[in-house]
Amino acid sequence: MPRPLLALLIALAAAAALSAYSDHFDAYYLDVAIGIGINLILAVSLNLVNGYTGQFSLGHAGFMSVGAYLSAALTMWLGPALLQGSESAFWPPQYLFFAALLTGGLSAALAGLLVGLPSLRLKGDYLAIVTLGFGEIIRVIFQNCEPLGGALGLNGIPAYTSVFWVLSFGALTIFTVHCLVHSTYGLGFIATKDDEIAAEAIGLNVTRYKITAFVVGAFFAGIAGGLYAHFKQTISPGGFDFNRSIEIVVMVILGGMGNTVGVILAAILLTLLPEVLRPVAEFRMIIYSFLLIVLMLVRPKGLFNFPGRSAKS
Amino acid sequence: MIEFFQQLLNGLSLGAIFALIALGYTMVYGVLRFINFAHSDVFMVGAYAGYYIGRFVPEHTVWGGLAALAVAMTICAVLGVIIERLAYRPLRSAPTLNVLITAIGVSLLLQNLGQFFFGATPRPFPELFPVTLFIFHGIYISSNQLVVIGVTLALLFALRFIVLRTKIGTAMRAVSQNPKAASLVGINNDLVISFTFALGSALAAAGGMLYALNYPSIDPLMGVLPGLKAFVAAVLGGIGNIPGAALGGLLLGVVETFVNGSKDWSTYKDAIAFALLILMLLFRPAGLLGSFTKEKV
Amino acid sequence: MRLLLVTCCIAIFTLSLRAAEPIKIGEFASLTGKQASFGQTNHRGAVFAVEEINAAGGIFGRPLELITADTRSLPGEAATVVKKLIARDKVTAIVGETGSAAALEAAPLCQAAGVPMITATATNPRVTEQGSYIFRACFIDPFQGTVLAQFAHHTLHARRVAVLVAAGNAYSVGLAQYFKINFTALGGQIIAEQKYAEGDKDFRAQLTAIKAIQPDAIFASGDYVESALSCVQARQLGITAPFLGGDTWDSPALIAIGGSAVDGSYFSAHFSPEAKELAVQHFVHRFRARWGELPDTGSSLGYDAVLVLADALRRAHSTEGAKIRDALATTRNFPGVTGRITMDAQRNASKAAVIFTIKTGQFVYLETIAP
Repeated sequence: MPRPLLALLIALAAAAALSAYSDHFDAYYLDVAIGIGINLILAVSLNLVNGYTGQFSLGHAGFMSVGAYLSAALTMWLGPALLQGSESAFWPPQYLFFAALLTGGLSAALAGLLVGLPSLRLKGDYLAIVTLGFGEIIRVIFQNCEPLGGALGLNGIPAYTSVFWVLSFGALTIFTVHCLVHSTYGLGFIATKDDEIAAEAIGLNVTRYKITAFVVGAFFAGIAGGLYAHFKQTISPGGFDFNRSIEIVVMVILGGMGNTVGVILAAILLTLLPEVLRPVAEFRMIIYSFLLIVLMLVRPKGLFNFPGRSAKS
Repeated sequence: MIEFFQQLLNGLSLGAIFALIALGYTMVYGVLRFINFAHSDVFMVGAYAGYYIGRFVPEHTVWGGLAALAVAMTICAVLGVIIERLAYRPLRSAPTLNVLITAIGVSLLLQNLGQFFFGATPRPFPELFPVTLFIFHGIYISSNQLVVIGVTLALLFALRFIVLRTKIGTAMRAVSQNPKAASLVGINNDLVISFTFALGSALAAAGGMLYALNYPSIDPLMGVLPGLKAFVAAVLGGIGNIPGAALGGLLLGVVETFVNGSKDWSTYKDAIAFALLILMLLFRPAGLLGSFTKEKV
Repeated sequence: MRLLLVTCCIAIFTLSLRAAEPIKIGEFASLTGKQASFGQTNHRGAVFAVEEINAAGGIFGRPLELITADTRSLPGEAATVVKKLIARDKVTAIVGETGSAAALEAAPLCQAAGVPMITATATNPRVTEQGSYIFRACFIDPFQGTVLAQFAHHTLHARRVAVLVAAGNAYSVGLAQYFKINFTALGGQIIAEQKYAEGDKDFRAQLTAIKAIQPDAIFASGDYVESALSCVQARQLGITAPFLGGDTWDSPALIAIGGSAVDGSYFSAHFSPEAKELAVQHFVHRFRARWGELPDTGSSLGYDAVLVLADALRRAHSTEGAKIRDALATTRNFPGVTGRITMDAQRNASKAAVIFTIKTGQFVYLETIAP
């Protein structure tokens, strides 16, 4: 059995085991772990788009919001109808949740397609602004959508997210991105990032790589959004704005664009840091932004970019 | 009919502010080929500079207002040069993506430092210029709106003069066309770039102060949305093109005002601005007045 | 000798108070960020109440401890900090938040955890609909809308009113909704409804459209920044109709930003420091001595919320969530500084509203409208 697949199965088993014992852990630490997991999925999925394929997307939070809203809508509206009369308290809700997450992910993937297609011809700064624009457009649409709560958003979303789901999907995300990029086909992503014209010249379908990156990245962002919605139990359009996208981008930059391990470490670090720095929360953002600047000046390849591990770039 | 002209005027005065900020974006992009995300926050610093200076000058005087404007522009020009020197210059030869990220970092830093030092609560901006209301055939114009339009036009012409008729302006155009060749003919690229930033930041400061005059409530995050809109305006007009930025700004201001005044679409106006941007980039990436340069291998 | 005895007594008393385990009350408020001015006054009121209660001996011998968390005016933060207050700090009850959106975030969490929550100033009715543990020390928007509609119709004799709403703001939308319903029920006409996005600064477009149909009054339910700016711009456009607003207008910043443009406008609020009752005057005096400023809506309601909670704690004689909840639900005619507070069946306070007008840069109390 290939190593990545083995690793995935072990991870899934560990997730199941961990969640079976979750009652023994402090609720606060579990919450932090779930937070880390969600950020991990977001960062690794963005890494595919920004890091490996070199498409600077600043609208990732938009995909997250699509997943969040649609999965929540499913569980909140269809849930009671579907779950009525079910005897077990455990199984049907979990199936429903899984279906909801998938719906959210697929809708987000569709959004990724819609955003990726027009952005094909754009590079660098333009692409960044356009993805930012798309993120804002998605936010405004949700803000005006009364059935989805309008500006106030949705609250009272059932708390289906558990350590199991978060860790499982986290493992799945890492597995997918890793396998995608470290395959022969996957070298095309890196080629697209390195030199688009040269890649086209040797016959690679650059368009297909870019679209794939956007769609896969958006799919997992949508999953993360669904997990987030059923964790915080309340979502509003304002929580998925430009600042959220930037937070995810910072994780990718910190970890090193195109370096999955680094990005994972960065996601963990940047989820723990706000909790640790909560007493000095005002300084957190100042430190963040300062960090961003210093990082670009001193270690543009990221904090956790160890030689020999990252994709050549 | 009166309503239409009133809305048009409203749109023009809003658009003048977008134009002022857009000018700064377009200048820096023209010379350095990157979007200075921090521009919108220099705008905010300009507004706060005007606020603090406003405490020392008497209200409702023309000389007070102009003095505040001049001092704010100077402070931000210096700020712009400092930012360029510390954050952008070391990355001159790095991929544009890195500079973009640094720019985002500087922008966030300014916003958060602003929240820390100034407090996030909005503050009322003093009335620096004398305020009168003009009524012309049923159309109401505030003197502040005229100040905005007037100052924007004046700065626009001043900018065009500098770029087309002065040595440093010629040097700016040279660097924007080909930096290597420019340094070969003896132009001090560093100086030119610093000057460009100083100029752009001064414009941002003017924009900030005029914005604050018209909407007298300032807060550290006030630059974010106007900055994005101004960038859209710059792209609409053709990024790197100075008259284009002005045109784009006015256009966006008018479109946004008419959307705002319509009953059902006003809440979508941000989305419409970005949709315009996306459409423009898809169908005419060079903008209205710009020219498209083919990417050579 | 007597002095020594007295000192010893005080020492033993305070020592025993300190030795007695404090009752933890969680507070979540926007101490920084856009809503900071409201969050800060609310916080001051709550702190003042806790100080006075503790100075008087606490609740059955135990001091109150206020654990405050800053929600920074950001969406999502309220849920996070309230979770922490419940799980980590193990608070007995929670006070907060000033804004309806943040209160709505936290309410389901408090309900699920069985921790009683009382909000001082959130007026959106959905907050208390979240469950039996959620209470409110102020009136709700349906009532406020009715009050303003009555005032507009009976006192201002307005028949044609235009409405200016902050579309992204649940409070603004809700209040405007209730105003519209009640005003039309009284026979008035809503001739226009213009929307803007929260955070907007330019309303000239909407106001120009409103001007064209010449309303008797303009109802603006946005926050004080937006409302003040819309007054300024309305006057600049030559609109002379008075403005009508809700309790978000109740801030000195309204006058600082609006200047003379807000003169002649009206708004509803929870509290007036000019109210004649002796208890209120005493409170104003003590509050001013403590903080150096007059109490406003936020601080007086924050004060009352804690007082109502303390009263419930005393009557429940326990720190169990369910008992406190029951005690809170049976609050009748509690003498708060903002009026007599009775919890109705929906756990909202049934109270009167006051109408202010603005004359030459001062809030002037006009009348009180009871439910």
